[in-house]
Amino acid sequence: MSIAVDSNAGARPAWADEAVALLRRLMRNRLTAAGLVVIGLLVLLALLAPWLAPADPLRQDLARALLPPGPGHWFGTDEFGRDVLSRLLHGTRITLFIVVLVTVVVGPLGMAVGVVAGYFGGRVDAVLMRLTDMVLSFPSLILALAFVAAMGPGLDHAVLAIALTAWPPIARLSRAEALTLRQSDFIVVAQLQGASNTRVLLKHLVPLCLPSVLVRLTMNMASVVLTAAGLGFLGLGAQPPLPEWGAMISEGRRYMLDSWWLVAAPGAAILAVSTAFNLLGDGLNDALDPRQNT
Amino acid sequence: MTASLLQVDQLDVAYRGPAGAVPVVKGVSFTLGQEKLAVVGESGSGKTTVGRALLRLLPRHAQVSARTLRFDGVDLLAASDRQMGQLRGQRLSMIMQDPRYSLNPVMPVGAQIGEAVLRAEALGRAACQERVEQLLARVHIREPGRVARQYAHQLSGGMGQRVMIAMMLAQKPRLLVADEPTSALDVSVRQEVLDLLDELVAEQGLMLLFISHDLNLVGRFCDRVLVMYGGRVVEALPAAELAHADHPYTRALLSAAPSLKHRRRTLPVLQRDPAWSAG
Repeated sequence: MSIAVDSNAGARPAWADEAVALLRRLMRNRLTAAGLVVIGLLVLLALLAPWLAPADPLRQDLARALLPPGPGHWFGTDEFGRDVLSRLLHGTRITLFIVVLVTVVVGPLGMAVGVVAGYFGGRVDAVLMRLTDMVLSFPSLILALAFVAAMGPGLDHAVLAIALTAWPPIARLSRAEALTLRQSDFIVVAQLQGASNTRVLLKHLVPLCLPSVLVRLTMNMASVVLTAAGLGFLGLGAQPPLPEWGAMISEGRRYMLDSWWLVAAPGAAILAVSTAFNLLGDGLNDALDPRQNT
Repeated sequence: MTASLLQVDQLDVAYRGPAGAVPVVKGVSFTLGQEKLAVVGESGSGKTTVGRALLRLLPRHAQVSARTLRFDGVDLLAASDRQMGQLRGQRLSMIMQDPRYSLNPVMPVGAQIGEAVLRAEALGRAACQERVEQLLARVHIREPGRVARQYAHQLSGGMGQRVMIAMMLAQKPRLLVADEPTSALDVSVRQEVLDLLDELVAEQGLMLLFISHDLNLVGRFCDRVLVMYGGRVVEALPAAELAHADHPYTRALLSAAPSLKHRRRTLPVLQRDPAWSAG
């Protein structure tokens, strides 16, 4: 769906301006800025992990097992003598992989269901929303567990399972937006000009639902991180040699009393990242809400 | 008056509600040729509902029935959604009351006009852009190129309404329903929009259904006037004869309008007569 009016030529700098203004508004709140910095750091670490990590995250050295934090191994080593810091750094890639993939699946899926239900209403709405309610009525971790149990453990399946359980809130949100927008005059005008339903949905409704969905997706990322770690902890997400944070906690659990760093390091990482996503989501909510910028 | 393209006979509209159907338009009949027909009445008299019924833009719980509702040989009640979709925009169009609500807030206005242009004719990007600017120039907007890139909130009310008109003109409709197109506008720009509509009617042979509550304006601007009260047409007369209206409701409305020539301490208040709605 491309529109032939050349609005890009003049609009691109305007877009850039908008982005800068948004960033400035985000940075004004200290907590949001902190969240943004942590996530920026996360992305940076994930990109540079192979160069930053002091050791191969998978290389075992049983002679140096369970060393406490100190020079050479800043976060200590685990029971196979693997460097915890290196594993943590490589773990950022897995975490980001899950978060991005889930979001890319959940955003469009939830929005499609919600906007279609809200726009058409009636029977379509009833069927789609009851389906949403059904999924929503299960605790997401339990449902994800069931999916993984059915499909078999593994990182890809964990992503799929989390995505399948995370779309209903997005669907509800975009349905609510679509419901209020459906009756607005400019939608009527678009219909009046003979715009097809697909066109009204894609060109007129979706862009207007986007800000609130974006906020919700960002906040959602926090729970995705937690669910992914939970699945990893239960042995249903990323499988053992992979340095996934949840799996690391699960492995370190047995040595927790003597070697606290095995659990503390990945635990702190999960805490920092999920808090950062929450803070950023809150900040985005304030920054994107036109009623609050005065 | 030329041959009437739009025939409306005994149009009824009712809203289904929990307490049964509530009639809002009762037995409205009129025909429209190439002319400016005004529908006036107070709030809730059903004038907007009539306008929207013609375009089948009423909400789903509205029941519309009529002995005849024909536009250019097409039965509007029997037309399929597909036929209606083709008719809307290309033959029938509508201008809404407030351009602040009728333009998409997150889309440059040029892109919105462009959508309509592309539906009327297949054009490339550059040609479409050019056509958009032509249309904007047609409704007397200076710097059409700049305005096309602006968003609804950056335009004034008068500009917004002209953009709306440009959007409607893109598909060269025959019938234009203007639902209080000037009510949300400043008095100073009101006349410009009216002049523009007048010009279009004269040049493009548009039929105009002008919905308003301003009797004075309608008397000057339109050819014929339908006065509605409580969902019925209580009086239909040429605009020039508005001053000699027969119906007590029309007369009362006229006398309730303040005038510079005859100063009065208190304006008369409308004394309603149940007989009007029983009509």
